[in-house]
Amino acid sequence: MKVVVCTKQTPSTTAVFSIKNGIVSWDDPGGKPNVVNPWDEYAIEEGIRLKENHGASDVIALAIGGEESKEALKTALAMGCTGAILVSDDAFAGSDAVGSARIWAAAINKIGDAKIVIFGKLTIDDNMGVAAMMTARKLGWTPLTFVSAIKSISADSITVERLLDDGKETVTAPLPVVISVVKEINEPRYPSFMGIRKANRAEIPVWKAADLSVNGGTGAAASKVDWSHIFAIPPRVGSVEMIEGDSIAEQVKILVDKLFEEKVI
Amino acid sequence: MFDFITDEHREIQKLARDFAQKSIAPIADHFDETGDFPLETVRQMGSMGFMGIEVPEEYGGAGMDTLAYSLALTEICKVDASHGTIMSVNNSLFCHGILKFGTEAQKQKYVTAVASGQAIGAYSLTEPMSGSDAGTMASRAVLNDAGTHYVINGTKSWVTSAPYADYIVLFTMTQPEKKHHGVTAFIIETDKPGFKRGKKEPKLGIRASATSEIFFEDYLCPVENRLGQEGEGFKIAMTVLDAGRIGIASQALGIAEAALEASVQYAREREAFGQKIGQFQMIQQKLADMKCRVDASRLLIYQACLAKKEAAKTGGRYSMEASMAKLFASETANYCAKEAIQIHGGMGYSKEMPLERYYRDAKITEIYEGTSEIQRMVIARSLTGLR
Repeated sequence: MKVVVCTKQTPSTTAVFSIKNGIVSWDDPGGKPNVVNPWDEYAIEEGIRLKENHGASDVIALAIGGEESKEALKTALAMGCTGAILVSDDAFAGSDAVGSARIWAAAINKIGDAKIVIFGKLTIDDNMGVAAMMTARKLGWTPLTFVSAIKSISADSITVERLLDDGKETVTAPLPVVISVVKEINEPRYPSFMGIRKANRAEIPVWKAADLSVNGGTGAAASKVDWSHIFAIPPRVGSVEMIEGDSIAEQVKILVDKLFEEKVI
Repeated sequence: MFDFITDEHREIQKLARDFAQKSIAPIADHFDETGDFPLETVRQMGSMGFMGIEVPEEYGGAGMDTLAYSLALTEICKVDASHGTIMSVNNSLFCHGILKFGTEAQKQKYVTAVASGQAIGAYSLTEPMSGSDAGTMASRAVLNDAGTHYVINGTKSWVTSAPYADYIVLFTMTQPEKKHHGVTAFIIETDKPGFKRGKKEPKLGIRASATSEIFFEDYLCPVENRLGQEGEGFKIAMTVLDAGRIGIASQALGIAEAALEASVQYAREREAFGQKIGQFQMIQQKLADMKCRVDASRLLIYQACLAKKEAAKTGGRYSMEASMAKLFASETANYCAKEAIQIHGGMGYSKEMPLERYYRDAKITEIYEGTSEIQRMVIARSLTGLR
């Protein structure tokens, strides 16, 4: 059983952003400006567990992006993925969610024989959370989103627990499937020193557009999303007023009056 | 600036830092307070490769160099020196000695288990009445008539990790008349009859690293568990300590860095007499002296790591460089921890902050694996050639 984990290199959660002439840049003075998308760490961990506990033969980390995305793939290898592939082509730059799903699907088809594809719940750079569903649609497979536990896997089906707003739901679907995982599913492991060394020695193949049979438009030209105006949100302006009064009762009365005045209550 | 520090070294350092801050920092005070052994994090460190950083990959280690070991150990000790002690014993004192002097079978069985974190190792040289003067040790190993086993009797003291150790590299006397040339090394399995552990020693610092006496009563050690030849024990012990001392220097550096960082932050924030205390010259002098000593310690450690690498090529020793790093870094740790408390005043003395733990933990670095006095002796002897 082959498993594919889809990952993305994203800005770190502590990165500081700046916008100049519509161009976004970021840095993280205290650490690395880019990290593997934090939600994907759960996906990587679950992929490795499928190898350890469910006999998966290969756990392949897949990323779409520039050369720097190899860092995210190295993290996946250092944690224990058995292989990694980068899909990188200027023609793919600026793809919207549908374009990306077409690329994911083409790469997964090229890997071949995958039974389970795992995404993190969402990526922290665009916060859309649609990649798993759209990729499943492009592959013609069953999407299983917000998975909080993989209960069992047989030769032709998988049973998972999904964490929904109003409770949990256990569902069974025929393989192959695309799942997205939530953080309740596991505790991602640290990479090991041995893993870091293995990752540094690994040759990560890079697939170009010509290597894939992508069905449909990709890249900025095919994108339905137009980034016409990018600007920094102005910082929120607020003020603090300390309420004075001789007694607590008096202070409360003044506070309540002010809240009425401001139509808060 | 330092070309010998590679990207891979920095990755190892970062992973050690992340692990220490996320997984050890929240528990360090608890284990210091209770004196319990942090078995869970120790096992986790083993599976991540912390326990055999220099051990070749075929024996379950990370296959890296001494600098990688030093960088990782410093990061761990910056958060908790006790975890560092356990790590240092497994790496330098246990695995290193067997890798250097052991047979293939010994490496396969004992190094692989300890480097991968499945077992805990220890090193036992000191006795109640002998420490660095190993020639006077009272414990004995006598080869039985069949020539198959050594019969070991005696008491060893201050054995780090002994209460939890699965295997111990033991130094004991086979030919007392030859004094330190009569010392032989053995690998002890602690689940065999004739081995007993004493009670855990209550200590000033590194309280989460368990230390105890161990007792041998007609313990039968198979001949194949002798490490090196008869009479080679003292040479093995000292060779292993050279590597160990780089570890203790790194531990001391970690404590010193933590004390300095806390002090700089406090000097920037705390106000007295209408200004930040970092604006007072007497605080500035402390911070400047701490910083110089911390950086000098780090450079001496780098020098010792490079000297060790060079010695591996030439077959030489690096005792002086290791002793210089250990001596200076351990005295720096004590200086920085003391001054950090002084800068923090009452807050430094309080258990609300980890400064008093740094102060207690720092002291051992001037004592174990050779006191500061022994380090000065090693350095002076290397300089003069006189004994």
